[in-house]
Amino acid sequence: MSEHLPVIVVLAPLFGAVIVGFFGTRDRHLCFPIALTALALSFVCSIGVVHHVATVGAWDYFVGGWESPHGVGIQLRADGVNSLLLLAIAVVALLALVYSIRQDGEKDAEKSPFFYVLFLLLCVGLFGITITGDAFNVYVLIEITALTSYGLVAIGSSRRSRVAAFQYLVIGTVGASFYLIGVGYLYLAVGSLNMADIRTILAANPEIANSRIIGTALVFILLGVWTKMGLFPLHGWLPNAYSYCPSGSANLMAPLVTKVSVYVMIRILFGVFGLGVITENPGWSDLVVLIAVGSIVAGSVMALTQREIKKMLCCLIVAEVGYMVGGTWLGDAGRWGLTGSMYHILADAMMTSCLFLAAGVFAKQFGATRLEHLSGLFRRSPWAAGAFTLGGLAMIGVPPMCGFFSKFYLIRGAIDSGHWLYIVALLGSSLVNAILFFRIFEIAYFGEVPESSESSEGGCPTRGRHAAWRTAPLLVAAALTLLLGIFNRPVIDLIRGTVVENIDIVSMQE
Amino acid sequence: MENSIQSYLPLWACLSSLAAVPLILLFRRETFLREAVTILAGIAKLCFVLAMLPIILQGSMIELTLFGGGSDGLVPIAFRVDGLGMVFALVASILWIPTSIYSIGYMRGLKEHSQTRFYVFFAVSLFATLGVAFAGNLLTLYVFYEVLSLSTWPLVTHHQDAEARRGGRSYLVHLLGTSIAFVIPAMIYVWVKSGTLDFGVQAILANTDLSYVQGLALLLAFAFGFSKGALMPLHSWLPGAMVAPTPVSALLHAVAVVKVGVFCIIRTVLNVFGMDLLGGLGIHLVLCWIAAITLVAASLIALTQDNLKRMLAFSTIGQLSYIILGIALLTEHAALGSILHIAMHAFGKITLFFCAGAIFVATGKKQISELNGLGRRMPITFAAFAIGAASVTGLPPMGGFLSKLYLVWGAAEAHQIALLCAFLISSVLNGAYFFPVVYRAFFLPEPEMDAIHADGACCVHGWREAPLLCVLPLAFTAISSILLFFFPSTFYDLASIVLHGGVANP
Amino acid sequence: MMEWIKTTIVPHFNFWIYVVIMMLGLWAAIGKNNLIKKLIGLSIFQTAILLLYVSMGVKEGASIPIVDETMGEAAVDFMAQGGGAAGATAFPINPDLFANPLPHVLMLTAIVVGVATLGVALALCQVIFRDFGTLEEPEILNQIQTIQDDV
Repeated sequence: MSEHLPVIVVLAPLFGAVIVGFFGTRDRHLCFPIALTALALSFVCSIGVVHHVATVGAWDYFVGGWESPHGVGIQLRADGVNSLLLLAIAVVALLALVYSIRQDGEKDAEKSPFFYVLFLLLCVGLFGITITGDAFNVYVLIEITALTSYGLVAIGSSRRSRVAAFQYLVIGTVGASFYLIGVGYLYLAVGSLNMADIRTILAANPEIANSRIIGTALVFILLGVWTKMGLFPLHGWLPNAYSYCPSGSANLMAPLVTKVSVYVMIRILFGVFGLGVITENPGWSDLVVLIAVGSIVAGSVMALTQREIKKMLCCLIVAEVGYMVGGTWLGDAGRWGLTGSMYHILADAMMTSCLFLAAGVFAKQFGATRLEHLSGLFRRSPWAAGAFTLGGLAMIGVPPMCGFFSKFYLIRGAIDSGHWLYIVALLGSSLVNAILFFRIFEIAYFGEVPESSESSEGGCPTRGRHAAWRTAPLLVAAALTLLLGIFNRPVIDLIRGTVVENIDIVSMQE
Repeated sequence: MENSIQSYLPLWACLSSLAAVPLILLFRRETFLREAVTILAGIAKLCFVLAMLPIILQGSMIELTLFGGGSDGLVPIAFRVDGLGMVFALVASILWIPTSIYSIGYMRGLKEHSQTRFYVFFAVSLFATLGVAFAGNLLTLYVFYEVLSLSTWPLVTHHQDAEARRGGRSYLVHLLGTSIAFVIPAMIYVWVKSGTLDFGVQAILANTDLSYVQGLALLLAFAFGFSKGALMPLHSWLPGAMVAPTPVSALLHAVAVVKVGVFCIIRTVLNVFGMDLLGGLGIHLVLCWIAAITLVAASLIALTQDNLKRMLAFSTIGQLSYIILGIALLTEHAALGSILHIAMHAFGKITLFFCAGAIFVATGKKQISELNGLGRRMPITFAAFAIGAASVTGLPPMGGFLSKLYLVWGAAEAHQIALLCAFLISSVLNGAYFFPVVYRAFFLPEPEMDAIHADGACCVHGWREAPLLCVLPLAFTAISSILLFFFPSTFYDLASIVLHGGVANP
Repeated sequence: MMEWIKTTIVPHFNFWIYVVIMMLGLWAAIGKNNLIKKLIGLSIFQTAILLLYVSMGVKEGASIPIVDETMGEAAVDFMAQGGGAAGATAFPINPDLFANPLPHVLMLTAIVVGVATLGVALALCQVIFRDFGTLEEPEILNQIQTIQDDV
């Protein structure tokens, strides 16, 4: 059993989705326990995978026992980074699931069996993208993720959510298709879809690796994943899609979908093309770092203009994506930046999860969707406000929250490689985040408690026991944001192992 | 020297106040238990610090590295207790106990709201203060520095009114803004340059080839980035932070927070650059002059203030620059005086703040011009005020005299006559803004009787003192200021350990 | 000019056709106002990619990649040994004789994905039409801006 852990992580929510679809439609009360069991199984298995990777090393698993890389077998590969990302996905998904527990008497669409089916299938996609070692498989799983996301965005009661979902669908499909074209060119040039196999072939044949077709493949793949992660200027779909969808969906998608796309980019760059594409084309790498800087600046500026909580957080996602893309492209001298990027994927998943859970709690409990609605929050809901504060501090990058340590390593990489503009953008974005969040803290701390504070989303006040169900995952997310920062060392160690491993492959090529 | 001992004592010393937080929250309805927990935590913290004192006095060091150590170039969270850290930790942990007692009297006397929140964040800020004192590398120092900035924000803005909002905003812009914008890049640049951030016997940058411009940029980034040290022009948060309740101003803005600022600057000078490098490049003079201008200007501004706490705030800005100037002179006696002044000024200034708070609790008065004749009603408070003022001014037989003596001696040693004059002029000005207050209180006639402001005021012999719990701490700190003149040996020894153990330049 | 067409376009005409079709689709998907027209464009765009992959696997004179008895004695042995590496020694497979099946298989998946996307998109269009009474994007955006729509 234990040798099949990597595939169980993916399969558990898949079967969970089927079972929910079968039984949940008959008895709605079964949906939540089934989904919880499936994700808990994934969670336990991903802990097992992390443990294995930490003690033994990277784990290659061949689905169905088809070992030949030239065959049709699909390889799963867990290393230091993606095993941790699996765990992060499982944790964030569990928190989002507990948040969306169906309560008696509620009629929200986001509590229907379909919601749980889509929820679990989205998890399948995310787990799969993270762990698979097959370039085409990534495409299929990206589309699984995307299709379920469209559904989860559209499931909301707001009319805007349907339009946002449609726009997301068009752009998302174009993005995924670009990725598919890129993989097509890659296959044309190399004749394999297995990432590790392509890597070996490219390393052994520099004339293929430096050919124009590989360059074209890279450009298309990057365009595809950048669209998916919402990098400026391809971010247009992101704020609408994540802010108009129901909070149950946003809690899952906003923290994870962009982060997993960033991971795909890192995986394709280092696991398929190799560090060479960055070091040998300094002009292009600098351009990408510049785009990342643009993303950071644009995200921060857009966030400053927003008065809606969720929209503001969505704009910050664009900025955070810039952090990670920039850190990845710092090149050979900026290896610390790569470490920082990988760590930031985890850190950002946790803190975005915390902030979106908080935004969801505020919306449900106080009907607070705009900044000015948060007045007197620390008195009305001290726990939720405290958790939101921790998330906000992590976003600013205040130690000992996790956001600080990723910035620490990113800046180290940027200084090493001399990307001063990127450093300015990172620090500037920290300061902008400080303004954004302390603006909220001030409203929440100094503002008076409004008279009618009992209204809520959909007009039915839900307090007491129900509120506790929503606040509990928020508190856990906040605690994890803090703990991931305090105990950053073991995480960084695991990531460093992977970075070194990737760099070994590069040195083999040279 | 370098015999270092592995021990968890510094961690326990830090955590003892953090551990009090859940208990304080638990007892939020039982005010007596809540305050008992605070005081017990303070005693526990002091015990842990005292347990380390003999080890440090023998010339050893205590080290502790958490989470896997500093292999392959990573920077761990590490603690390292040396003489300098010990001076600061000792001052902060000794003064927390009287401050806790004082805050009970003050907060109850004024029936403040949200007292639980107040005690919680007070405990967290003490945790961070000791963390800074015992930090073993620049990263750890920075981590605790930021925790301190944030945990004191709710204390500064305790009143939650418009004025608190303004003060709090300026507090954050100055403290958080500068530390993100200046300290993070400077710290990481140091890491890139030298490959380590650990404080050791040798300064971090000692063997690097910094140019004059690089060195100056780094030094200024640290000096202004650690803006808790309130160097002009980044000083205006401190008067703004006076909107806080007085116990906060007393411990945090006379001792913990501002001293963390100068402590970080001293660490930068001694352990990041090293005296040799700074002296070799000659960049210390820039810092000297910034500090000198600050200390004269702050004293002059203090002369013009009528609000007692604002006057004390500007006085603090000036005294902090004494410490910075002392260390930046790079001579042995100036450095000694600088380290001693951390302790001496702390005891003197906290007394003054306690007095300002006691006056407010007893009479509701905040302005200096309203204090006429109050000395006859509140003799203990104003006697303590006089002692504290004398100590901060630098008159014998108060502790402040010793540290200022060494500072002046050090300036003479460095042949910086202009800076020596700055010390002397500023000390005269100190006297000029403090003693009119004492004079008013004791020798001018009282206008008319006010209604008693606070409950539980002790009225003996026609005295209208503040509650006992306010008066006892200020008497204690005032007496300590005098005792420090006669028994300065602990702090003196610790300071000489810093200079002879950690600094190569005699 | 003719020379350029002969050396660049003719030998790779499948790629040129795919690029042209793809651009047409992309233009419609992004530039058209009507949501259904957008979807048509999107489908054309996806189909162009199918063309790229399928044309990749084609070889002149090659047949479907199935070994059967008509290929002679060796092929029967090959099948008897269950194919794979062991069988390949008996019956060395000449890759030129067979079309590459993998791209086709991949495109089966891509077609399914495309159909699913189209299905979801059409469902969304239906809901949008019910909500807004139109499928023209500018009108929908107009309505969103004028009508206060509480989340």
